[in-house]
Amino acid sequence: MKSEAKARPAPRVRGRRLGAFVFLSPGLTYLVVLLLVPLGLVLSYTVFQRGRFGGVVYEFTTENFTRLIDPLYLGVVGNSLRIAALTTLIALLIGYPTAYLIAQLPSRWKTLALVAVVLPFWTNFIIRVYAWIMLLSGPGLVNSALGKLGLGPYELLYHEGTIVTGLLYSYLPLMVLPLYSAIERLDPQLREASANLGASAFTTFRKVTLPLSVPGVLTGCLFVFVPSFGNFVIPEMLGGSKSTMVGNLIRDQFLKARDWPFGSTLALALIAVLVALLIVQAWAARRA
Amino acid sequence: MSRIRFTRRLPAAVAAAGLALAVAACGGESSNSSDGATAAAAEELKPNADLSKQSLQVTVWDGYTPKELPEKAKEKLKVSEVKVGLHATNEEAMAKLTASGDSGIDVAFVSGQYAQALNEQGLLEPIHAELVPNLANLYPEAGQLSYDKGNKYSVPYTWGTTGICYRTDLVKSVPTSWNDLLKPPAWADKKVTMMTTERWLALPALKLLGYSVNTDKDEEIAKAKELLLAAKPHLLAYDDTTFGDKLVSGEAVMVEAWDGWCPTTEKNIKFAVPKEGSDLWVDTMVIMKSSKNKEAAHALINYILDPEIHSWAAENINYKVPNKAAMERVKAPEGSLLGIKPAELLDGESIIDLGQASTKYTRLSSEVTAQS
Repeated sequence: MKSEAKARPAPRVRGRRLGAFVFLSPGLTYLVVLLLVPLGLVLSYTVFQRGRFGGVVYEFTTENFTRLIDPLYLGVVGNSLRIAALTTLIALLIGYPTAYLIAQLPSRWKTLALVAVVLPFWTNFIIRVYAWIMLLSGPGLVNSALGKLGLGPYELLYHEGTIVTGLLYSYLPLMVLPLYSAIERLDPQLREASANLGASAFTTFRKVTLPLSVPGVLTGCLFVFVPSFGNFVIPEMLGGSKSTMVGNLIRDQFLKARDWPFGSTLALALIAVLVALLIVQAWAARRA
Repeated sequence: MSRIRFTRRLPAAVAAAGLALAVAACGGESSNSSDGATAAAAEELKPNADLSKQSLQVTVWDGYTPKELPEKAKEKLKVSEVKVGLHATNEEAMAKLTASGDSGIDVAFVSGQYAQALNEQGLLEPIHAELVPNLANLYPEAGQLSYDKGNKYSVPYTWGTTGICYRTDLVKSVPTSWNDLLKPPAWADKKVTMMTTERWLALPALKLLGYSVNTDKDEEIAKAKELLLAAKPHLLAYDDTTFGDKLVSGEAVMVEAWDGWCPTTEKNIKFAVPKEGSDLWVDTMVIMKSSKNKEAAHALINYILDPEIHSWAAENINYKVPNKAAMERVKAPEGSLLGIKPAELLDGESIIDLGQASTKYTRLSSEVTAQS
């Protein structure tokens, strides 16, 4: 009798596990088939040789990794890091006050403001980049408006500054949203308490709001940095391909140079940098 | 010759690549129901083989042949089926054709240097001229292409060259030399573009220095690099796909361009081949050695060389075809480049496949574009 009673919950647990498995399986399948398997392939290509017509010749080599530390490619990675870091910094400087102000708005304005932040995402990325070209090109809108005022024309396109502008424009919402959710979640009583204890508004911000929103800052920075670092469309279209980012280099290895193994090695290096950043972010978020 | 030719804009090229992938994924099955064709020696083809027992699988760039080609060819040649698969780039075609096992492809459209490489690997069936009487329609020059003299394993479909495409109303003097692009005069400073696609990035510098576009000598490539780096600060941008747009909008006044991409039918836009010379690119049709439908494959190539069919490319996609009879049918629109003479084209140097040495050009292009 007793053993029977004990045994009874077991099927339910098993049923729950089965249920969990059933509900998880689409997600798991997706991750395994579309993330882990391709990632495994990319990883395996890094130790083989380039085929004459693309593809991979399965002969072991470490040449791809020795090529990676060539100053030429390190320079490209460094350049990408710099551009992505600059973009992230500016995004933070613009994004933080924006998120802070949105969080202070009355609730119906909040929704409207958030929709306004996300709105550009509803348009195709390439079209938005093209819009920048039409705005900034030699005979573009900005220059013709300046021309009416007797100024210009200026070289507004195809600089590193244009690349940063394009990246900033594209990924700023990814900075604002996590910051907003971090700031909005803060208990207003904390700020009241701080004020009651005699802190000025600035001190309250510095000592209460800012430290508590650090996880949001880290998430936002990561969200902007990661896609900026690997981007290749913006350097090509807004930068006129005059400076190379690591994304361009990877794309060229596959589509122009027919060198899949080296392209894979570059991709692996990119992933390694990003994983390192994720670890730093997780560590910093836990300490914050 | 280009990576993503014909599709003129990046988004279109991306879409085409996606489409080609989808087609590649769906296609693939090709019924090789022929008995008569698989004679022991591939060299012995029967001129009167029963084509109704043969079916054809073709791979070609999107939009490069008439849409109705499969149906029309099937009807005309009385073959059991003609299927057309698409590739976006030469690289993609090579991946299909050199994959292990039978690709199932009978006829492929690839650029000349790729046909050369395929032939070096022993993957191509020699062209049996007696099965392609329409070869007589080609210009004599079409048999003198340096990668395949005498059309032994490839039949040219389109050809052209690379030069400077410019705005007649915005230049102060007509460009005549690659120097005009590499060291632009003050009025063109920051108003010129060059290509980054490896071999065409190097071409203006190599030609200006009097070297071959197929050089694999390190010191020659290094000299070209110096010129290209010196030119970089004077460029508006590097552009492989939208240089025509930049010219039309007036952002650029001179651009390095493939003739078929230079929008000369627009007002004020003209094309010049610099005096130092240029390249001659050719897109060809080849028959795979693995094909089990070789008689039908020859019949298809013969059919495409029919002036009525071959002129389609000149009339609709603005590419010159090496077919005299076809070109004589074409009414070239105002300003069109279709009038460039075959003999002038043949002055250009064919780009050939460099095998392992091609990585030198990859490096050159990375070094030049990464330099700030």
